[in-house]
Amino acid sequence: MSELAITVLQFGLLLLLWILILSIIAAQGRDMMVSKRARTRAPRNDAPASAPEAESTPATVHHSGKTPRPRPRRLVISEGPLVGTEIELGSIPIMLGRAQECTVVLDDDYSSGKHARLFPQGSRWFLEDLGSTNGTWLGDEQLTRASTVEPGDRIRIGKTVLELRT
Amino acid sequence: MKSQDHEAHPKPRRNVELLLLLIALTIGIGAQVLVGLNLEDTIDQRYWTEGGVQVGLALAFHIALRLRAKYADPFILPIVVTLNGLGIAMIHRLDFTNQYDGVADRQLMWTAVSMVAAIALLVLLRDHRRLRQFSYISLAVSVLLLFLPIVPGLGQDIQGAQVWVSIGGMSFQPGELAKITLAIFFAGFLANNRDLILLAGRKVGPLTFPRLQDLGPLFLAWLIALGVLIVQNDLGNALMFFGLFVAVIYVATSRISWVAIGVAFVAVGAVLAYQFVWHARNRFDIWLNPFDPEIYDQAFGSHQLVQGLFGLAHGGLTGTGLGSGSPQVVALANSDMIIVAFGEELGFLGLSAMLVLYLILFSRYMRAGLGTRDHFGKLLAVGLAMVLVLQVFVVVGGITRVIPMSGLVSPFLAAGGSALLANWLIVAIVLLISHAARRPIVVGPMLNTTGKGASGTEDPLRGRNTGEQQPVSESQGSATAPALKEGDS
Repeated sequence: MSELAITVLQFGLLLLLWILILSIIAAQGRDMMVSKRARTRAPRNDAPASAPEAESTPATVHHSGKTPRPRPRRLVISEGPLVGTEIELGSIPIMLGRAQECTVVLDDDYSSGKHARLFPQGSRWFLEDLGSTNGTWLGDEQLTRASTVEPGDRIRIGKTVLELRT
Repeated sequence: MKSQDHEAHPKPRRNVELLLLLIALTIGIGAQVLVGLNLEDTIDQRYWTEGGVQVGLALAFHIALRLRAKYADPFILPIVVTLNGLGIAMIHRLDFTNQYDGVADRQLMWTAVSMVAAIALLVLLRDHRRLRQFSYISLAVSVLLLFLPIVPGLGQDIQGAQVWVSIGGMSFQPGELAKITLAIFFAGFLANNRDLILLAGRKVGPLTFPRLQDLGPLFLAWLIALGVLIVQNDLGNALMFFGLFVAVIYVATSRISWVAIGVAFVAVGAVLAYQFVWHARNRFDIWLNPFDPEIYDQAFGSHQLVQGLFGLAHGGLTGTGLGSGSPQVVALANSDMIIVAFGEELGFLGLSAMLVLYLILFSRYMRAGLGTRDHFGKLLAVGLAMVLVLQVFVVVGGITRVIPMSGLVSPFLAAGGSALLANWLIVAIVLLISHAARRPIVVGPMLNTTGKGASGTEDPLRGRNTGEQQPVSESQGSATAPALKEGDS
């Protein structure tokens, strides 16, 4: 085979390598643009955790409404020994219980040391029981697994009742 | 269960993979044929059989993915097949020189073994979360694998590094497999103990430093790395194991102080190694003064590094063309220094394309970690991505004199069965993680949620069908917090 043909083929190989790279990048499409797309859709949504779900993790949270609502920002104790206390919610999980290292230390004889955990996911807060003795109640039902808490739902731990407010 | 409102069900995208796989195979086999054409070898039956084996293996892997992990990442397999094919072609090209003979056949055989093993792992494991049970067994296996080469009668000393095990004429580097087992251990350990490490700490300026007792595991990892370094004279693996641990713990806790402490440990380790390990001091001297005639001429001197630099320079922008350069001048041109051979014969355009392929592969590994819902899977994917990227960094950095050179091999390219096997097994695990990440989950209605339309909610991080009973303890409960700051805007 002539030298020219071989040289052309060599360049063809380099070209093919870059074609492969470009087609991979083209095929990826918006797969890698996790945050950008989230920004354009919800410019004021300050919940960064919602971005990857929207893009890739399929079907984790069922949204009842089309538009993501703002996440509740306050936790209010409406009954019990600490009635009236308000806690500002950020974007980090909150531990509820009697132990001193909890975020919200409940002065309640019927609550366990580390009783329950409230954690943000997307535009929702989730409540999870941490194996407490007397259980955590959401509305009229006892928690068996992590579930969403809507503003106004009554979270009952021992004698304390907490509510989320926006 | 309905999917996201704004997005339809995720597509498996296996056809995209098939298309990219065809380009990948064309590149690999085409490169090999080009070598033959340029070196005036007759393109006979042998070329087509070898090409056929590669096509068959790649398609078998593809079909296994179609059957067992339909939603796995579609880009990983084509990239890996490209790199592996190019590696075989370059090893084949070096077989024409009088230094090497028959290495390409052995590499093809190992490729076959590795791919079959990876397919078997894919089919048998089914869910990466099952690996979590083996966290502590993995640690034991890692230590065993790392210290196997120093067992008298079993180990073998090659090129000053004692990393080989020889059984009945077959040599193997067990340390390569230890990458996987250590990544599993670190991921499992940190998935369980993350909160303990995260909660306590003292704040100094902008950094929060961990408590002294939480430093224990880091110290242990450092000791293992140093042990590997001193006992086996293996600089590259020592750096990789420690880097792996620091990276995974940083991702688990998102505290920059761990990186600061890690760098400090590496600095201390480097000083100790420089003082007491001849091998390491030699590497430092080569790194700092490669063009010193004395160092250039001595045994184990800088000859290899300098010739490698010349080779890269000789390649220029487009390279000499496959078969037209003289990469055999560099010692170990088909394993440790194969990057130089590519730089010379494919030039800057070719070598940068390969580095971009590594970059995309790394980003796909990280994507699998971002997408998956369980904590262990996230950390495992990140750890395995770090294994890949650290190998590439240590190899390319060593060759280009960014860091001292150490004996790691470029993943999928270099001749060497053990590394190939380990890297293919990593591919299988990451594909399983990405399958778990992209697969739609079907969730039944919730029993205990009040409020309108609040049905069908699932703990998004723990997922379903974890295949293990998780006792809800205090640390477990809070371990479900998202570790990676995904898409932080």
